[in-house]
Amino acid sequence: MSVLEIRDLHVSVETDQGTKPILKGVDLTIRTGETHAIMGPNGSGKSTLAYTIAGHPKYSVESGSITLDGEDVLAMSVDERARAGLFLAMQYPVEIPGVTVTNFLRTAKTAIAGEAPPVRSWIKDVRGAMTDLRMDSTFAERNVNEGFSGGEKKRHEILQLELLKPTFAVLDETDSGLDVDALKIVSEGVNRAKENTGLGLLLITHYTRILRYIKPDFVHVFVAGKVAEQGGPELADRLEDEGYDRYLSDAPVA
Amino acid sequence: MTTAVPAGTPSQTLETTGQHGIRAHSDGAGAFVPVQTRSERFTSTDVSDFGDVTGREQSWKLTPIDKLGELISGDLDGSAYRVDADPVDGIAVTWADVAGVERGLAGIPEEKASANAWTQTEQVLRIDVTGEDKKRSLVRRSTLGTAPRAAHTVITAAPFSSGLVILDSAGQAKITENVEIVVGAGAQLTVVSVQGWDDDALHLAAHFARIGRDAKLTHVVVSLGGSVVRVNPSTHLAEEGGDIEALGLYFSDAGQHLEQQVYVNHDAPHTRSRVTYKGALQGEGARSVWIGDVLIGQKATATDSYEQNRNLVLTDGTRADSIPNLEIETGDIAGAGHASATGRFDDEQLFYLQARGISEEEARRLVVRGFLTEIVQQIPDSELQERLGAAIEAELAGTSLADEER
Ligand SMILES: Nc1ncnc2c1ncn2[C@@H]1O[C@H](COP(=O)(O)OP(=O)(O)OP(=O)(O)O)[C@@H](O)[C@H]1O
Ligand SMILES: [Mg+2]
Repeated sequence: MSVLEIRDLHVSVETDQGTKPILKGVDLTIRTGETHAIMGPNGSGKSTLAYTIAGHPKYSVESGSITLDGEDVLAMSVDERARAGLFLAMQYPVEIPGVTVTNFLRTAKTAIAGEAPPVRSWIKDVRGAMTDLRMDSTFAERNVNEGFSGGEKKRHEILQLELLKPTFAVLDETDSGLDVDALKIVSEGVNRAKENTGLGLLLITHYTRILRYIKPDFVHVFVAGKVAEQGGPELADRLEDEGYDRYLSDAPVA
Repeated sequence: MTTAVPAGTPSQTLETTGQHGIRAHSDGAGAFVPVQTRSERFTSTDVSDFGDVTGREQSWKLTPIDKLGELISGDLDGSAYRVDADPVDGIAVTWADVAGVERGLAGIPEEKASANAWTQTEQVLRIDVTGEDKKRSLVRRSTLGTAPRAAHTVITAAPFSSGLVILDSAGQAKITENVEIVVGAGAQLTVVSVQGWDDDALHLAAHFARIGRDAKLTHVVVSLGGSVVRVNPSTHLAEEGGDIEALGLYFSDAGQHLEQQVYVNHDAPHTRSRVTYKGALQGEGARSVWIGDVLIGQKATATDSYEQNRNLVLTDGTRADSIPNLEIETGDIAGAGHASATGRFDDEQLFYLQARGISEEEARRLVVRGFLTEIVQQIPDSELQERLGAAIEAELAGTSLADEER
């Protein structure tokens, strides 16, 4: 079993108006096999947490720690973190002109596995995963995310999740912009990945609807840069009924 | 009536300086001022008809003329030089005495270095393409040496012929030259000019193409090596249905000046042009210039044109000038557009790739290769595609990109 631990994490971002603190003391422990949902209003810092775990250079960690089985994640470069088993499915995946999905997936798999995957089984794995996600085979020859619809980009993120087999995955609003069919397909993909590899999941979402398909073990409510409340799946149901207003009125004005 | 339509951002200069990264500004010279109608520029084959080059001329204002004095107005060796070309059926490569060659069918010099070469050429390299079968010829020169020289090449494609001619240049050079390309009716010709010179080479070239009725020329300029390399292709779409696909790819390293002034003259109805040039710049003093003039003349009704230049800046200390100009003299066009963009390496692309375990160095390579691939993929020769792919790899390997950044 592996464990990802976030302790008293403070993160800021450089803006034109100066340094802006965003995360103000986040504590979170995720073990493999567990699914944690992070829910919170717009601007509460959910993506900031996701990007900080992945190591985006825009976000500076002021204090606190992130460790993976005791190893200091913050000391690792972005690619080292991915090779250590962390994965971020992005809210807004980036287009990479001239780089085909096939080439990209093979390069990533090779980097993470430390050696090129055996050609035959790899092609089969890619095809199979694409079929499962109802992605047309023509996607393989298209450039990464170029001209993909919002839903196609999200499927492509989950395709990578299934093929790269991380130990922990952060899914940043993977549900947003998906119609109900696509939401089911994507959720199935996540559940498959979990079944196959037993990974730990940090599911960031604004709405509860994805939680109908991916069952969380824990729910954390994120407000103004920290966890305001946590509980089991029932907390999500309560949020569905009541929204975030209760936390917002309590929270100090940022 | 002439309407000069400068691009939305007609002239763009992107300089990357110091630690502060990007500083973009417009380059005033010639930018918003309607350019003199390109077809009315002075032309002559006689070098003495041109005055001293001052650097203020349209054609020279962005070129480092102080390095080029010998080529612009000095004495030049106009004799034949060593050329290696495999014998290919339907592509004849021969030398001919200048007196016996009809020159100027495709165009006449517009500037002094081109006229200097024209005046001092003694032997003309002729490349004659005949026959409808597809074929390719690699015409290579690599032993020009450092003495200043003139050259003149005439490539003809007979009516309805088809062929691919690769002009491959390597080694040392100090050369000013003219390349004429005469494409007969219904012919399909591809000319690829690869500048893979040694670091200190100086190369000025004017390419003139004349496209016959329903003929198509694919013209590709690949500039990778050399100190100052300036290849200026002009295309005259002289007859109905003519088509030019002009592609360019350049990779400017520290201290290199790579320039291309592309001119397309739509002079007949239903002509089509596509100009796509892409370049990468890396290292202190890496410099590129792209000027794209498209003229759609009164006779050129129902024409379709699009020109674009994109530059990818990999490090500080580079400068890319990108100046599209579009002149339209008829109200009846099917389409005319242009785009010019010079951008810094996209950190978000890098982050995305790294977040998938790919090292920074390899991620940079992927992005640059991807950027330039668009041009490579359009070159209709898989062997050349591979060679260019390898050449780009070598350029990328030349400097440790990761160390250069920030
Ligand atoms: N680069 C930046 N410059 C300035 N402010 C930023 C930057 N990045 C994030 N912020 C601010 O930090 C706060 C948290 O942003 P973040 O994207 O983490 O929120 P979120 O919870 O993911 O919101 P959403 O639900 O809209 O995705 C917001 O107020 C946002 O405007
Ligand atoms: Mg977000």
